[in-house]
Amino acid sequence: MQFSGRRKKLIGSSQNDLYDHCLQFYGQPPLDNISLTEFENFAVERLKLLKTVENLGVSYVRNSDQYSKKLEAEFLSLNFPYRTELDDRKVQAGISEYEKRRKDHISHFILRLAYCQTEDLRRWFIQQEMDLFRYRFSCLPSKHKTDFLHKNNLKYETVSAEEKKSLKDKLINSSYGLSGITVEEYDFYKVPFQDALDLVRTRKVYLLAGNAYIPHQEIVAIVLNDFRTRLSKALAMTARSLPAVQSDERLQPLLSHLSHAYVGQDYSIQKNIGKISLEQIDALSGKSFPLCMRHLHKALRENHHLRHGGRMQYGLFLKGIGLTLEQALQFWRSEFVKGKVDADKFDKAYAYSVRHMFGKEGKRTDYTPYSCMKVILSNPPSQGDYHGCPFRHSDPELLKQKLQSYKISPSGINQVLELVKGMHYQLACQKYFELTHSVEDAGFSLNHPNQYFTESQKLLGGGRDIKKEVEMSQRSQENPPNISRPSQANTKQAHEEMGDLDSFFQDE
Amino acid sequence: MSNSDYDPACLPDLLPLYYRRLFPFPQYYRWLSYGGVSKNYFQNREFSFTLKDDIYVRYQSFSTQNELEKEMQKMVPYKIDIGAVYSHRPSQHNTVKSGTFQALEKELVFDIDMTDYDDVRRCCSAADICSKCWTLMTIAIRILDRALREDFGFHHLLWVYSGRRGVHCWVCDEAARKLSVAARSAVAEYLSLVKGGEETTRKVVLSDPIHPFINHSLSVVEHYFPQYAIVEQDILGSKESLDKVLALLPEDILSSPKFHLTAHIKKDLTTYCQKVKNPMERWGELCSLVEHKKSSTKKGGQYIDKEIMLQYCYPRLDVNVSKGVNHLLKSPFSVHPKTGRISVPIDLKELNTFDPFEVPTISLICEELEKPRADEVEDEDMKDKENEQDAGERRRIRDYKRTSLAKYVKVFDRFLETMARSRKGEMLKKSDLQKDF
Repeated sequence: MQFSGRRKKLIGSSQNDLYDHCLQFYGQPPLDNISLTEFENFAVERLKLLKTVENLGVSYVRNSDQYSKKLEAEFLSLNFPYRTELDDRKVQAGISEYEKRRKDHISHFILRLAYCQTEDLRRWFIQQEMDLFRYRFSCLPSKHKTDFLHKNNLKYETVSAEEKKSLKDKLINSSYGLSGITVEEYDFYKVPFQDALDLVRTRKVYLLAGNAYIPHQEIVAIVLNDFRTRLSKALAMTARSLPAVQSDERLQPLLSHLSHAYVGQDYSIQKNIGKISLEQIDALSGKSFPLCMRHLHKALRENHHLRHGGRMQYGLFLKGIGLTLEQALQFWRSEFVKGKVDADKFDKAYAYSVRHMFGKEGKRTDYTPYSCMKVILSNPPSQGDYHGCPFRHSDPELLKQKLQSYKISPSGINQVLELVKGMHYQLACQKYFELTHSVEDAGFSLNHPNQYFTESQKLLGGGRDIKKEVEMSQRSQENPPNISRPSQANTKQAHEEMGDLDSFFQDE
Repeated sequence: MSNSDYDPACLPDLLPLYYRRLFPFPQYYRWLSYGGVSKNYFQNREFSFTLKDDIYVRYQSFSTQNELEKEMQKMVPYKIDIGAVYSHRPSQHNTVKSGTFQALEKELVFDIDMTDYDDVRRCCSAADICSKCWTLMTIAIRILDRALREDFGFHHLLWVYSGRRGVHCWVCDEAARKLSVAARSAVAEYLSLVKGGEETTRKVVLSDPIHPFINHSLSVVEHYFPQYAIVEQDILGSKESLDKVLALLPEDILSSPKFHLTAHIKKDLTTYCQKVKNPMERWGELCSLVEHKKSSTKKGGQYIDKEIMLQYCYPRLDVNVSKGVNHLLKSPFSVHPKTGRISVPIDLKELNTFDPFEVPTISLICEELEKPRADEVEDEDMKDKENEQDAGERRRIRDYKRTSLAKYVKVFDRFLETMARSRKGEMLKKSDLQKDF
């Protein structure tokens, strides 16, 4: 009998073999052909799933009821597999289990391309994929867990009942919290000690003949470690082969768009044009602006100037909340003129860039206001800059002082700082929203400064127009591929344009 | 007899003789080749030599046993250390592209040094050892050998006397040689119970549940403790030493005096010791006081007596020695320049009677070379060997067999034989799996 033991050939093989388990380690890349549309859709949907995983992970205790309920709802709405019988091929609401698993497989690999490039991106991706995996693994019934382990070459045998009996006292004394009953009832796995180093090092596990006897609750940690190692290695390898992928023009814009990861409304469609007057801005900055924009506005008022990065971030935001071009020109000119810039110089140097922002110059592209992701990840501020995300870019001490000056309660400040420490900048801003609006729950997931503004206005009793804007934005967050497709093209182009614009104003 | 007055000044004359006629090169080479299973395993091994006048050279490597012999006879190292098996020949490491020259494998090693016990031994300190404190090494070997075999599943352990004040353990299993840094450090930490340096008084803290490993170790310690600690070290004999023991009791932290376990024990024991001088009885009293208080208080202090025993006896190992894949450790059969003793393998079957002061010195065995021993006997299998090996080697085999080194080389031979048999068994298993049915 010859044992081939080589890679399985996946030539359109039967559906059973390829995705015979709802969970996988993503060891083999997908080999089929898919359309660009599918490529894009799959990627965007997995991204939403991972973002949900991230948000839920911070807002709720993992695997608690609320966490599970919300996460399962997301699985269902996005059509990802999470918990089914091994051979379930029933068609559920149009999408078969096979399709879900295929999507899971493909979307993971697409996101690897987008997230392998920097340390930050890799860390984020690995963290969310691990949390996702952990949840799905823990949903599996015990037998399926063992099956999964074996199929993936994790040769972890379960300990037989007789052996457990003979070792009962030793097992009980090796881990904290085990009783005779748990030992009898629950599975123990025999794992080579090299795979359970953390438990061995702290002597929290029973060792015999080189094997660690792991209670099944702990097996997840071990499997996760393995998952993390594999994914980390894979991402490093992917990064090395990335140049080849990026040379494909069809894929490159999508991939870079993905890793800037904003998948909601882009606020380029303004329904509120002309509804804000310049006199309102000061008051609005305190009430309804997110911290970054409040910060920029204050700096502008105090210094009568903002550098290029600040002008872009704030200027586009103002466009997003409804300022017209004329208003914007007036706003910037009146402020700059109070400083070192006279009206002439303003018209010569700065007016152009304001008109550029509104798409009235150069390539005439209507630029979109920056999302939180873009603010956090690109163009970090240096000395003399006021742009960026204060939760990301400010020194925590300074941030604390600023929040104190805004009369935020000490306990509120601590909550914000905790989130900052955990690198959850958008959640920190959301918390800031909750504290300044005196609400328990913001009721939305913050992704965009203009979204902050819109939600704030809604809360504070804005007009009907504002409400419509909010409804529109909610709808578009549910079906991004449909509504934002045209503007996605804009954003892609805009992204390329940004390059031009930035270099144009390099010395500022 | 073994202390045939060794004088370090004679080393320059003795060493060449030792390397020419006594050092067991064939066995040494056999060991480090590990059956030739891995290509270039011996060739890529790093050795380091300390030469006369403390000249230290690293990255020595050799292609064959012959080359090893010739070089050692030429350089006459005072000290020999063994390092890791690298990705390339260590002697050529400068020619390798930076970053690609890496330590790949090495035996898992442990170094138990008597100086680490200075805070708990009264008979000696620093580099001195005596028959009284040597028990500590016996305890260390018993505990670690059991754990490495039974808990970790290792089979091929070589215990070696370092030549002066400690012992080394070389774990030679293939799995052990392939361990990562993280794994080595995890093993070392699993085996560590005595934690803390100068500033820490109470170095052993036990809490429920007591891990089976600790229980096993305790039964070894309890076996030796009365004779070693109470009688020989006399740790309860004087006020000073008694205070040292009592200093190990955990601090009373609860506010109510009713629960001041330590204070009570100290008071009761001190009173007892004024009347009773016999150390064994004092220890008995301490244990029963602990037992008694244990039942009357709920929190802590239940394992005080066990903690004391462990602090005085449990092996103290240097994690850093075990952690590094590229760490260099003194080679078996090298000479200790200060004592002249040969680093010999220890036969665990005779562990209880092992006496470090009976270990042959280089001067002794060189002397024995010159005069034939009264009870010299030629082995049966010698005749067979003579037909296979060259004259020089034959002479050398006869040579060391005439000296006190012989029995230690035999221990080494048995160790190598066990490994060879095990390798054969592994290969048979593998070929069974691959055979066509």
